[in-house]
Amino acid sequence: MMDLLNILLSESFWAASLRIATPLIFGVLGALICERAGVLNLGIEGIFVVGAMCGWMAVWLGAGLWGGVIVAALSGGVFGLLHAILTVPLGLSQHVSGLGITLFATSVSYFTYRTALPNVSSPPRIEPFQPLDVPLLSDLPFLGPVLFQQTALTWLALLLVALVWYVMNRSALGVALKAVGDNPDSVDAQGLSVYALRIWAIVAGSALMALGGAFLTMSAFDAFFFGMVNGRGWVCIALVIFASWRPGKALLGALLFGAFDALQVRLQTEMGALVPGQVFLMAPYILSIIALVIAARSADYPRALLTPWFKGQR
Amino acid sequence: MIRIEPREQTSRAFALGVPVLAAGVALALAAIPLMAAGANPIRAYSEMLRGVFGSVFAVSEMLTRATPLIFTGLAAALAFRARLWNIGAEGQLYLGAMAAVAIGSGALDIPGLFLVPLVIVVGAAAGAAGMVAPTYLKVRFGADEVVTTLLLNFIILIFLQMMLEGPLQDPMSLGWPQSAPILDQGVLPPLMDRMRVHSGLILALVLAACAQFMLIRSVWGFKLRAVGENAAAARHAGINVKRSLFGVAAISGGLAGLAGVSEVAGLKGYLTADLSPGFGYTGIVVAMLAGLSPVGVVIAAVFIASVFVGADSMSRAMGVSSFLADLVVSMALLCVLVGGFLAKYRILRTKRAEAAS
Repeated sequence: MMDLLNILLSESFWAASLRIATPLIFGVLGALICERAGVLNLGIEGIFVVGAMCGWMAVWLGAGLWGGVIVAALSGGVFGLLHAILTVPLGLSQHVSGLGITLFATSVSYFTYRTALPNVSSPPRIEPFQPLDVPLLSDLPFLGPVLFQQTALTWLALLLVALVWYVMNRSALGVALKAVGDNPDSVDAQGLSVYALRIWAIVAGSALMALGGAFLTMSAFDAFFFGMVNGRGWVCIALVIFASWRPGKALLGALLFGAFDALQVRLQTEMGALVPGQVFLMAPYILSIIALVIAARSADYPRALLTPWFKGQR
Repeated sequence: MIRIEPREQTSRAFALGVPVLAAGVALALAAIPLMAAGANPIRAYSEMLRGVFGSVFAVSEMLTRATPLIFTGLAAALAFRARLWNIGAEGQLYLGAMAAVAIGSGALDIPGLFLVPLVIVVGAAAGAAGMVAPTYLKVRFGADEVVTTLLLNFIILIFLQMMLEGPLQDPMSLGWPQSAPILDQGVLPPLMDRMRVHSGLILALVLAACAQFMLIRSVWGFKLRAVGENAAAARHAGINVKRSLFGVAAISGGLAGLAGVSEVAGLKGYLTADLSPGFGYTGIVVAMLAGLSPVGVVIAAVFIASVFVGADSMSRAMGVSSFLADLVVSMALLCVLVGGFLAKYRILRTKRAEAAS
């Protein structure tokens, strides 16, 4: 019990929680934007892979770290556009299209990586984002190590939470975006384009998802591995429901998940002799399912989620 | 401007032609990555063809690969017919495989006449449980089964590793995470001498035929299709929707579990954590290519298996990454999706004024 308390009070634990939460923050925000506009994006898992691969490869080819971030976002946007075309004007099954995008994006990434690097035994490494050592602030007790020694991408994620919150709740664009996911006919009646709003929301959301992937190869690690995304995208889909499509709660959900994952790793080292390590590895996924079960009953789904809309058909 | 309008009726030829066309387009599009990898596409395609149909051995390999895909394809097709999104076939496959080695690798030393059916039934039951549980969460709590089945895949895979380093580990494996082999009398016998194709294929084909018959001809199949087309209307017509969902969940999960049984007891002999290179997910593509028809699943599984086996052989001959196969398979899924749209709707060019009205 004392051990648990020690862990929960340690700076490194909370720093790790925020670090683990970062890709999920990007992913949940991305999924949230898509779903607010009325479209489920199950391409997320594959878009994570594409972002991780393209961002890493751009840096490896000499684009610079921020160049890599931009390439990752663009690559995510491209696959998002494909999902948008299939699900918005064509109105095809969002489930099947999303899974198709995940399979397609993953295989494109793996094929490209293998073709560019046919015979490497250990993946080439890049110089990843370094923790920002903010002068003065990083010397603060507790908050310093937790907040002010994270990499720039973690800061970008936190900034995006604020930005998405602002756009959703304080701007005309946010009103239109929420309306297009709730009642597209009303948006159409006001002379706005349902298609354009939905398509751009999916493109933007997918670009954010890709940043989640890019964080993995450019900040958390320094290389690309097969299978490195490991279900993080699916976790985000569960977290969006848990967050009831609100950016603030999305941040909270991602942080809770990050904290749980960080705790799991630490308990594993403490109690590894008593319980098989896999029990702890399983825990975050089980937690996601539990969160989903708790949130599902009261979930206030965007009303037009999964429902295609065609111009001129009521 | 363009306008989208539903077709009054889709010709049967068109509906059947769409998957064939989609498969062809996906294969043709593969020329782009092939050229990007510096390979001559014509030579690559002929290597692929030779790798699948060049010898009896090649055909046997292809059918061996198609066997688990028929099971997982059926699992997806039946569930999707009822609009139950079972994306968890990968996990259910491993549940079936774990159950098979748990009782088939020495726990019960009984004659094969009893052991083989027992392994099959218990494996199917384990897979079924893996789908009934998320269906319960859906019906009882409204938890989306897409997300729960996807997450369960990861949980089950970690559970598998735990079992392979624990209770299911072969004491003779020198610490490798693998199970003890299935007893000789519990093995699904091979169909031909010195070939890997095994009687799991026969089981898959029989089940595909049964599924086709049940779906089209039985009251159960009628109810299932009614639930899938319009759950509210089905409920109104007095169909017990929940019971239908649990029924199809059990059958779908059971079929996925059988994919695991067939791979372990028919092909590999023992269980490792890399038994399936994503057969569960590929089964979804198989089902979509098949237009969710059980008989179609068999044809689609043979096509997808050909792509994988052909690409493997082409990869060995020409040094192009075998991820090409995954690329073709995913493109086939997207193509068939678009093709299904073209079969249902037509795209008309209209004058601006008319479109605005």
